[in-house]
Amino acid sequence: MSNSAFMIVESAFLSGLIWFAILVVVMYFARPAAHRGILSITRLLHNAMRLTALSVMKAEHSLQERNKEVLLAQGREAAERIIEREFERVDATVRKDLSEYPGLHRHLSEEITNIDEDYKQSAEVPPNPPGWVKAVEAVANIPAKDDPMVGNILEDIHNSLKKANNNSIEEFRKASHKRHMYLKDMMPHWRKILTVLGQVDKNVNSLLERTKVIDRHMDDYENIVRKTQRSERMLSSSSLTQFFIAAFVLAIAVGGAVINFNLIARPMSEMVGGTSHIMGFQTSQIAALVIILVEVAMGLFMMESMRITRLFPIISALNDKLRVRMIWASFTILLILASVEAGLAFMRELLMQEDAATRAVLRGGESEIVQSSYLWITTAAQMGMGFILPFALTFVAIPLETFVHSLRTVLGVSGVAVLRSLAWFFRLLGNISRHLGTALVSIYDIILFIPLAIEHAVKGKQSSKGERTAKAGTF
Amino acid sequence: MKTSIRIIFVMLAGLLLNACSDKGPYTQGVYMLLDTSGTYTKELVQAQRVINYVLSKVKPGDTFAVARVDTASFSEKNIVHKQTFEDRPSMANQQKRAFRDSIDKFIKDVKPSAYTDITGGILQAVEYLNEAKVGQKTIIIFSDLKEELKAGFVRNIPLQLDGFRVIALNVTKLRSDNVDPREYLDRLEEWKHKVEAGGGKWQVINDMERLEPIFEG
Repeated sequence: MSNSAFMIVESAFLSGLIWFAILVVVMYFARPAAHRGILSITRLLHNAMRLTALSVMKAEHSLQERNKEVLLAQGREAAERIIEREFERVDATVRKDLSEYPGLHRHLSEEITNIDEDYKQSAEVPPNPPGWVKAVEAVANIPAKDDPMVGNILEDIHNSLKKANNNSIEEFRKASHKRHMYLKDMMPHWRKILTVLGQVDKNVNSLLERTKVIDRHMDDYENIVRKTQRSERMLSSSSLTQFFIAAFVLAIAVGGAVINFNLIARPMSEMVGGTSHIMGFQTSQIAALVIILVEVAMGLFMMESMRITRLFPIISALNDKLRVRMIWASFTILLILASVEAGLAFMRELLMQEDAATRAVLRGGESEIVQSSYLWITTAAQMGMGFILPFALTFVAIPLETFVHSLRTVLGVSGVAVLRSLAWFFRLLGNISRHLGTALVSIYDIILFIPLAIEHAVKGKQSSKGERTAKAGTF
Repeated sequence: MKTSIRIIFVMLAGLLLNACSDKGPYTQGVYMLLDTSGTYTKELVQAQRVINYVLSKVKPGDTFAVARVDTASFSEKNIVHKQTFEDRPSMANQQKRAFRDSIDKFIKDVKPSAYTDITGGILQAVEYLNEAKVGQKTIIIFSDLKEELKAGFVRNIPLQLDGFRVIALNVTKLRSDNVDPREYLDRLEEWKHKVEAGGGKWQVINDMERLEPIFEG
């Protein structure tokens, strides 16, 4: 349609003005309906947005509740595992010490008996002075002391007494020495008892320490069971920390896997050919990748069987005999794959030498390229890496488990954040649409300011006329 | 019943693997034509370098053939050496060395021919590379592009070069070109037209130090 259809008069400006006047007239007559329409549409939008925001908030709330449940369940499980492990340790300590207890008791009894015997022997009374000493006393009390006969007799008695006294002292000394020797013999027994009691003290203290740790874990566990805010906050922050740590360790493991891949991808082409492709990727590369993934899988199974990780409950639930068999099976496969990788790494070195020789020939040189005397170091290093990396990859299971478990929490928290943002956005849109209605009504009236001003003036006149009439009627 | 299900499963897996495993589109075939006419035989030492370069670049599964352009080039007898390299890199390396030895021997013993049947050589190259079922097909013409046909030879045949790259290497200027360079330019233009009319891509490389474009298709 050409613009000429809108030209009412020749002048475009005048035509525009006429059209504007027509539009204003039409809009003026349609004003009440237009106002209602604008307001109802914006109200509808506002209500729709409000309802959507409400639904999103509900979803966010239920997700938050679900997150809390999952977090607490995970925390409870982890706490149970820790407590279980602590009890196992206590059990092992008690078992070990109690099994030794009869021996310890016997040992202590023997030592105490020895000490007792030594004590009894050391308590033996020294020999009494001879019985005739009293008779000598009686002779010594004879009044006729000046008599030489008596003096001689007393002299003899004195000498005999001195001799007897010396003998007694000698015997007493010997007896004392013997008692001291018994007491000396008691020392090692005391020391032994001291050592044994020290060991017992250490064991008891270790048990006491363990019980303190268990008490602490039990407190945490009780908090989790009671679903307290503190435990939730603690578990959430712990989950996030674990997530980032596990992600970091996994990134390192991926780096290791990439190096491993480069070590074996090239020589793999000697085994499976270097030309065939599967879904756009070289078969040799896929084969190398499969070997690495199988190694990771074997590592996972080994860790599961050893009950270090618990990604597959069915493996943890197996009986001990089967689990041990599984450990050996996965270890054997891992060992074979590690040996294969070491072989492939060696082959890689040979292929590189072969390639270098061919390139030299094609460049016009001799077929024998200069062999470096240090070449064996790189060959050995490659073989060593090829052998060690599969075993190193085994430990990926531990951060992987942590990552998987903490990922749920992180995703839940992110989901809640996204839903909260969405709810805020919908509320904002609702409010904007509500105020937009009022603004649109005002803008509509701005366009109609001329007829509205006229209407206002007419109404003003009518009302003043009416007032005057009313006043006249009153008078 | 169980056995039959198992057999069907194995067959399906085999079919799937067969469908997925494909080496065709990833391999490349290079067919090199060596002009042995007249004084151009002196340039064959340069050709030896090009062949060695191609040999260093081809991978296991690729196909490479070198053929001479003489009086009648549309013949398998003109192929000096052809090889589809083994899947295993070590075997492929051995084949490359054997290829190189064969070319060395050829260049040492080559005798100049009286005529130059380039079109016949291209027809032979197209036939060979189509049969080889390679993904990327390249024909290298190591010549001055001056075609001289023996009386009675018909070569005004439209070429079918759809999916082919034709690279003219070391297109030397003849004495007559020096007198009238338009002859040289016309010769190049004529071959370009011929190749592009057949659906192929045309390229000229005269700098023997920069051969990378051969594999930058």
